Amino acid sequence: MTIRVNGLKKDFVEGETISKLLKRMKYVFPMVIVKIDGELVQNEDFKATTFEDGAVIEVIHLTSGG
Amino acid sequence: MDDPAVIDKLQNATVGIAGAGGLGSNIAMALARAGVGRLVIVDFDEIEESNLNRQYYFLDQVGKSKLQMLKQNIDAAVRSCDVDIIERKLEAGAMSAPFGDVDVVVEALDAASTKVKFIEECLTDLDVPVVAASGVAGWGGSERVKLTRSGKLYLINDPESLSSDEGVLLAPKVGLLAHYQANTVLEIILGVEGGR
Repeated sequence: MTIRVNGLKKDFVEGETISKLLKRMKYVFPMVIVKIDGELVQNEDFKATTFEDGAVIEVIHLTSGG
Repeated sequence: MDDPAVIDKLQNATVGIAGAGGLGSNIAMALARAGVGRLVIVDFDEIEESNLNRQYYFLDQVGKSKLQMLKQNIDAAVRSCDVDIIERKLEAGAMSAPFGDVDVVVEALDAASTKVKFIEECLTDLDVPVVAASGVAGWGGSERVKLTRSGKLYLINDPESLSSDEGVLLAPKVGLLAHYQANTVLEIILGVEGGR
């Protein structure tokens, strides 16, 4: 019962949303791109989106400046 | 050595660039000089003197439209690049619209929130690679800058850099990421093979 978050093995928690996972991971960056098994999740859907046991999750954070 | 196949591929390529600031102006000039045939660039800003420490503009262009001056600067440098300029702000919900006919999209925006929204919309709406950048502030630490790829998204990133709200923006670091983005665009257009 594990998932992978940015390559790290983490416990799978039934019903956990992306928002809750970001909190659990202590990812404090406000601006992130999230993919579950390669599929993009829109920021507005973080609070409603859950994932399966074994999911591979990528969290890419972006800082301002250009 | 001139390679006709390389010249041909670049001349037939169209690259979209969102933003004509520190990243965008330098990316546009690098791609034009490299021989990319067409650029589609979107921005709404005017040049300020404070931009000149990193952006590809000149003192006598302060107060003028970034896009018009960028086109002028590219036209003054090379013969082979058509520059389409779209002077407007990218609005959420229609951010990918100007880039419907490009081969590669480059994210060269400023605020992190706009970057994320733009990348999300392009990955959802378009079927072309998106080359983005994050962590342009500061100086030194060149070895921290890395390319990470996730599907169609190519991110040039210094993960330890401060944001531009906290850190200073200067030509070398901004230019480093801009040219890393431009070099990645070439790799996408020309392929990895033969790139040495």
